[in-house]
Amino acid sequence: MTALVIAEHDNVSLKGSTLNTITAAAQCGGDVHVLIAGHNADAAAQAAAKVAGVAKVLVAEGVQFADGLAENIAAQALSIASNYSHILAPATAYGKNILPRVAAKLDVAQISEITKVVSPDTFERPFYAGNAIATVQSSDAVKVITVRTTAFDAAAAGGSAAVESISAVADSGKSSFVSRQIATSARPELAAAKVVVSGGRGLGSEENFKILEPLADKLGAAMGASRAAVDAGFVPNDWQVGQTGKVVAPELYIAVGISGAIQHLAGMKDSKTIVAINKDAEAPIFSVADYGIVGDLFEIVPQLVKELG
Amino acid sequence: MASFLVLLSKDLSRFAAIISPLATSAVEFFKGNEMKVLVPVKRVVDYNVKVRVKSDQSGVDIANVKMSMNPFDEIAVEEAVRLKEAGKATEIIAVSCGVTQSQETLRTAMAIGADRAILVETDVELQPLAVAKLLKAIADKEQPQLIILGKQAIDDDANQTGQMLAALLDWPQATYASKVEVDGDKVKVTREIDGGLEVVSLTLPAIVTTDLRLNEPRYVTLPNIMKAKKKTLDNVKPADLGVDVTPRLKTLKVSEPAKRAAGIIVPDVATLVDKLKNEAKVI
Repeated sequence: MTALVIAEHDNVSLKGSTLNTITAAAQCGGDVHVLIAGHNADAAAQAAAKVAGVAKVLVAEGVQFADGLAENIAAQALSIASNYSHILAPATAYGKNILPRVAAKLDVAQISEITKVVSPDTFERPFYAGNAIATVQSSDAVKVITVRTTAFDAAAAGGSAAVESISAVADSGKSSFVSRQIATSARPELAAAKVVVSGGRGLGSEENFKILEPLADKLGAAMGASRAAVDAGFVPNDWQVGQTGKVVAPELYIAVGISGAIQHLAGMKDSKTIVAINKDAEAPIFSVADYGIVGDLFEIVPQLVKELG
Repeated sequence: MASFLVLLSKDLSRFAAIISPLATSAVEFFKGNEMKVLVPVKRVVDYNVKVRVKSDQSGVDIANVKMSMNPFDEIAVEEAVRLKEAGKATEIIAVSCGVTQSQETLRTAMAIGADRAILVETDVELQPLAVAKLLKAIADKEQPQLIILGKQAIDDDANQTGQMLAALLDWPQATYASKVEVDGDKVKVTREIDGGLEVVSLTLPAIVTTDLRLNEPRYVTLPNIMKAKKKTLDNVKPADLGVDVTPRLKTLKVSEPAKRAAGIIVPDVATLVDKLKNEAKVI
């Protein structure tokens, strides 16, 4: 049994999501190989080779992989798939986009967003917005799996894997990358942050959202939001926490002006400690909060910043 | 008078000389540019329902629970209808795979604006791979230029079908679309990704899966609901399409997620900070 992890990377470094996926892959039972399909991705390949538990890094080089196009990355994984019992990718926008193509071409099922490896053929995964956990068993020859990164620790450093060049598949020629709009921020990445300060419709405007910034600064937190806040244009789409946005599980999640719809809870109810600030005592968010304050967030948030010193 | 008529007829023939090739190319444009859009839709537990796990752990209790079209699929139908209204799509075909009651979901799709519908009827538990195969069989028959699906169903949360279908058809894909622009034989799609937005360009035929902010679906009006009752709804079985829909994954059990201990309401910020520091120890 050998597992292949399709690495998420930016050619220069490995994304944290890949490290959680490597841990899940190791739990499947055999050796772990990592595929780096990229362009001038030597640095990413070297980073993968230094991860504990990785036996081999396979590098496919080509401009057709530079921007993570699913058609090409999936084809590259398929070119070596017959060597593997398990093929895994992080359950991020990147991994979720690519992996089902691999499963379909192999004529096997995909198991989406596993939270636990029970045995090499049995996995736990949430569904119905995380209100139910299914334990599923696959009898397919290859198990194709996306991994919920918050459910597995990041693999540690300390490996020294062999790095091997493999032949690159051709560009599919049917898709091309046009442009990207990625916000850069000094804050930690939302999906992996230890503390998250999250705002909802209660903030009322893009301008008002800024009152959360001193709080996030004090706590070294990432910032997130409910769907309502994103739909209303207060914050960018990649801030959305929820069933179909980002799933986070920080040490501390502070929900400000968020009512707590089923779909939002799905994205944050695994947080270790949840704080809710809302003027509506009946808001469903209080049902998952460890500590709740009922009141005006425009008064409470500045008070909190002051109290934190 | 005669000279006037001569002048008029000269203008007319000049007019006709200009119009005629335009008319011909217009006909050719529409014939050669017939764009069929296929929109798969799924009948799921309504998004407002918080489902309960059965006490025998055999599954989720959905008896008598409200069912609706998957919200992402509503967005897909709406997008197809907008493409038709913009003159880019010529026919919208809604398709659903599953139990007989999925007919209701298809009538809703036609009420939003799909032209006709196909139900692939089966009581077998359908998993994404099987659905993708059924949709491929439909696509092979109907030859759409564009297939728009919801990015995930809110019951299984699988987020696979669109991508699997694209692979089976060997078509390009653009998932999590927040904007779709069809231009000739290409479609430009803005995608919502983890760090922000990305734009890709695909050659048709192609697959697009919808994200929340692609559009806001219209309210279905009563006149349109009545019209939908008269639109064609064809019924086929998986066997007719030559597809084996046997599920691959076996569900051994369904359990409740870990319960959180009940929390408390604190009276003021000072208490909150004290608790966070000394009780939860997270700051």
